Amino acid sequence: MADIYAYITYKGGVADDSSLELIAAAKKLDAGAAVTAIVTGSGADLDKVADDMAASYAKVLKFNLDALAYPNAEVVRNLMVNVLPADAIVLVSHDTFGMDLGPGLSIKLESTFIADVVDIEGVDGGSLKVIRQEYSGMVSTHVTGDISTGAVINIRPGAFAPDESKSAGGSVEDKSADAGDLTAQRTFLEIVEAEVGDVDITKSDVLVSVGRGIEDEENIEIAEELAKAMGAVVSCSRPIVDAKWLEKSRQVGTSGQTVKPKVYMACGISGSFQHLGGIKGSPFIVAINKNVKAPIFQVADVGIEVDILEFLPELTDAINEL
Amino acid sequence: MEILVCVKRVPDTAENEIEVNRDGSDIERDDLVYSVNEWDNYAVEEAIQLRDKVGGSVTVITVGDDESEEVLRREMAMGADNGLLLCDDAFEGSDGKGIASLLKAAVEKGKYDLILSGALADDGAGQVGGMLAAMLDYPYASLVNKIEVADGKLKVGREIEGGNQEMNEIQLPCVLSIQTGINEPRYVGIRGIRKVASVEIPQHGATDLGVDPTAVGAAGAKVKRVDYFVPDMGEGAEMLEGSTEEITAKLIELLKAKGGLK
Ligand SMILES: Cc1cc2nc3c(=O)[nH]c(=O)nc-3n(C[C@H](O)[C@H](O)[C@H](O)COP(=O)(O)OP(=O)(O)OC[C@H]3O[C@@H](n4cnc5c(N)ncnc54)[C@H](O)[C@@H]3O)c2cc1C
Ligand SMILES: Cc1cc2nc3c(=O)[nH]c(=O)nc-3n(C[C@H](O)[C@H](O)[C@H](O)COP(=O)(O)OP(=O)(O)OC[C@H]3O[C@@H](n4cnc5c(N)ncnc54)[C@H](O)[C@@H]3O)c2cc1C
Repeated sequence: MADIYAYITYKGGVADDSSLELIAAAKKLDAGAAVTAIVTGSGADLDKVADDMAASYAKVLKFNLDALAYPNAEVVRNLMVNVLPADAIVLVSHDTFGMDLGPGLSIKLESTFIADVVDIEGVDGGSLKVIRQEYSGMVSTHVTGDISTGAVINIRPGAFAPDESKSAGGSVEDKSADAGDLTAQRTFLEIVEAEVGDVDITKSDVLVSVGRGIEDEENIEIAEELAKAMGAVVSCSRPIVDAKWLEKSRQVGTSGQTVKPKVYMACGISGSFQHLGGIKGSPFIVAINKNVKAPIFQVADVGIEVDILEFLPELTDAINEL
Repeated sequence: MEILVCVKRVPDTAENEIEVNRDGSDIERDDLVYSVNEWDNYAVEEAIQLRDKVGGSVTVITVGDDESEEVLRREMAMGADNGLLLCDDAFEGSDGKGIASLLKAAVEKGKYDLILSGALADDGAGQVGGMLAAMLDYPYASLVNKIEVADGKLKVGREIEGGNQEMNEIQLPCVLSIQTGINEPRYVGIRGIRKVASVEIPQHGATDLGVDPTAVGAAGAKVKRVDYFVPDMGEGAEMLEGSTEEITAKLIELLKAKGGLK
């Protein structure tokens, strides 16, 4: 099989969790592969991450250039096209950077793109078989991709158990001189930090979290009353924020807050991976949903198949009577 | 500004239970209610608002079958000026790259300053916009949640982890994939739909677009879906059953034990 490369993302000198998940994915592609990490950026953070990655990757290619100081997907794509062999198998984390990079990179490398892979079944000749999910996780699919002329494979964050063995004993090579022309038509300006809201859901031990199943803005009150009875705080899934029914600071998930409560009540939430990505610290999860097939029931400790609009007020009354 | 918005007709997950059919070859499509991909409504709304601000027109385009016309009409009822349907037996079974190459052929037949797609559709790939941009050699930004027009360029915000926003300057023409929440898509009533019911929507097949029919569709797909299945995820949640009183009583017990009641 062709050589496997993994693009490493990092922040403040610390590689993202996905850096060890990509190794695990690579080993499922080819158990004996000597996988190469690509680390780009500038300064001390870059050096530290490149050195750290040598423990896990057989080879680390380091690109130290001002143009790469911020990971602009177009600049990184130019770099990858300039330095990678045509048949390279490139692994990228399917996060907001990977979604920006992967599809276009596959076109420029004239290779096959497979998005948001949750598991790898194996390679048969030039054909790779993976598992993906569709309809926000309600069904799964086996998908094959022709990787004989190279591939860009985006790996879902958290789907592969990280490879913590750190036994690669790899070497770091500074390849900055090979980077080539990186000129881009998109320029990074700045990061605007998310607004801070009136409540900090990350500080609460108990969250009553509502999703699209709450159906109407007026019904948010039902959740607020339950939260009051329980001494909890109301949080929510993304569609509730998109509809402007609650503030952005109440959103749980990869593009919202990361919470670590003791108890998480998911009410009318289907359980998309972006939502679950914001729940850490293994809380006791109660899923209340009228569709018994909702993926949230797979991760919850306790489930109730019921209409939340009827059930939550009953629960509130029962708690208030205690 | 001439704006093209790519839209997809998808099963409405709010209206349907998505289930695997008997032999696992597809989802159960009988009685499915279809609608416009959620993200695409935000893209069309954004295009309409931009047009209303700076002038120009909005065209909505889809690769689909005859029935896909209804989603184009819905978006025209929202306020898009034109619709364009790419439809041919040869397009069936296209993978993401196939869809993007068909859209590219259509883009090259027109003149657009800005192309919008949704960030994601039902297959969950988030691939078509980025591929289309690379094929056209246009710059691209994904997960866009803010667009400001600045002469000959755009200032766009991308939503990144933690809800932070990455601001970029991007040259025109470009492709942007739109994230939900960027605006509040307007409501479309029956009246609006009726108004556009008889508008002619042009259809283009492989010959009109000048694409090689063997390079798209199932014949050209390098990514193939083998089957659908529901994974066995182990035990899952313990389901509480019984009367409402019994369930609430059990749940309150559990909540007390786990520190969920104060
Ligand atoms: C880049 C990116 C980042 C994202 N970040 C986030 C994020 O940070 N947080 C987040 O939450 N999402 C995020 N999303 C969106 C995510 O993919 C899902 O679309 C979203 O989580 C779905 O929210 P939901 O579960 O409330 O809605 P749905 O998936 O629509 O689920 C609603 C559920 O409610 C149930 N239901 C309906 N009515 C009732 C009723 N009366 N009683 C009981 N149950 C009922 C239904 O059975 C269904 O399971 C992101 C998406 C992208 C592309
Ligand atoms: C019968 C059938 C067979 C199929 N067979 C295969 C197969 O063998 N292999 C395979 O890989 N896929 C197959 N598909 C999937 C199909 O081709 C997908 O539409 C394609 O992969 C892109 O969808 P997505 O959900 O990944 O789009 P995403 O990239 O997630 O969508 C993002 C955005 O791209 C735009 N977009 C997506 N699709 C269209 C469209 N059709 N028209 C206009 N704009 C669009 C929209 O703006 C959308 O918001 C099949 C689909 C059907 C219905």
